[in-house]
Amino acid sequence: MRYEAPDTLEAAVGLLSAADGAARVLAGGTDLLVQLRSGPVEPDLVVDIKRVPGMDAIVEEAGGFRVGAAVPGAALGEHAGLRAAWPGVVEATELIGSTQIQGRATMVGNLCNASPAADSVPAMIAAGATARIEGPGGRRDVPVEEVATGPGRTSLAEGELVASVFLPARPARSGDAYLRLIPRTEMDIAVVGAGVSLTLGENGAVSAARVALGAVAPTALLDRACADAIVGAALDAAALEKLAAAASAACRPIDDKRGTVAYRTRVAGVLARRAAAIAWARAGGRA
Amino acid sequence: MSHYRVTAVVNGDSVDFPCDAGETLLDALRDRLGLTGSKEGCASGDCGACSVMLDGRLVCSCLVLAAEAGGREIETIEGMADGNALHPLQRKFLDLGALQCGVCTPGFLVAAKALLDRDPDPTETDVRYWLAGNLCRCTGYDKIVRAVLETAEDMRGA
Repeated sequence: MRYEAPDTLEAAVGLLSAADGAARVLAGGTDLLVQLRSGPVEPDLVVDIKRVPGMDAIVEEAGGFRVGAAVPGAALGEHAGLRAAWPGVVEATELIGSTQIQGRATMVGNLCNASPAADSVPAMIAAGATARIEGPGGRRDVPVEEVATGPGRTSLAEGELVASVFLPARPARSGDAYLRLIPRTEMDIAVVGAGVSLTLGENGAVSAARVALGAVAPTALLDRACADAIVGAALDAAALEKLAAAASAACRPIDDKRGTVAYRTRVAGVLARRAAAIAWARAGGRA
Repeated sequence: MSHYRVTAVVNGDSVDFPCDAGETLLDALRDRLGLTGSKEGCASGDCGACSVMLDGRLVCSCLVLAAEAGGREIETIEGMADGNALHPLQRKFLDLGALQCGVCTPGFLVAAKALLDRDPDPTETDVRYWLAGNLCRCTGYDKIVRAVLETAEDMRGA
């Protein structure tokens, strides 16, 4: 195995593109190092992108925030502006692992590791975040929901890497939230996760919503029917029940040691409803 | 496996060591630099026995490549005492018997110091969440949490 720490994006892309065998990008390393030790295949090349200027920066852009691929969860949590604008995204990222993991783990790494249970991903999808991909063919910005294609698989082409995630400007009267279920209080992987971002109109009704579910399908799901269930009215008990039913209907989960199909399907509805209520309150909604 | 030379600052001293591409910082600390205070429990970032500070952030050194450490500042348990004077946390862990076999202790101390450095007055809940990534399989957590809270109180009064 070869380790490289280039100091430009171009050099990082060049190394990844020119790699003979398997190449992996190293940011926080909290997934990659575990895979290096126990994975079936050792990569021929590891490209550490932390020496590239800007990778560790959170930058205000067009009223929103661009989060570099090497920004650890701890730094995200310390950024007051980002926390105020997208509390659901920050809280989702902070749920990942321990204090030690937060010192290293990144949102972009969580996205590119492509676990269906990744906590930050449904929150980013709900927020309408885009991933900035750099590669041999240049730069492209894609919705976060288009990055993962299945467990451990992404839509990134050879030589491409995700350099940052952009969280857009928060519209007025809007809020977001993410909830997950684990059988303990800390240090576990989501059985189900639900991210909701919504905006209220002048009349107090929900005017726009995005609902994303985690760990209930091969990738995190952005579900239109969930959003349709709550758009157009106040978020009352009837709307929340419609949302819960839509969320359960969207699930295509598996049975595994963390939960059964039936349990995940039911819990997805409960979490979507509760996350929506939090997002609604953050948006200034009144019952 | 390619070889690398790393220059870093460990506990305030400049160090220079060779390493392999896949070698962890934990292995380099222990096997190249002889700093065996950091322990390998799980080697997967779950147990916290290898906790060190890397550029001011608490991390598991088993999840850091040694080659990544070039130019970085690392603090380990070996740098916690001031000469022969133990850090108040170390003193308190001894006074309260907040350890049994001792394998998790360096990680708990490094992590607890990181907490008290940023928050001199944590609640019990703060301490328990902050230390959730440090596992102890013999003493349990009550004495450890009590030691951290009492140290915080002592240090605030000092």
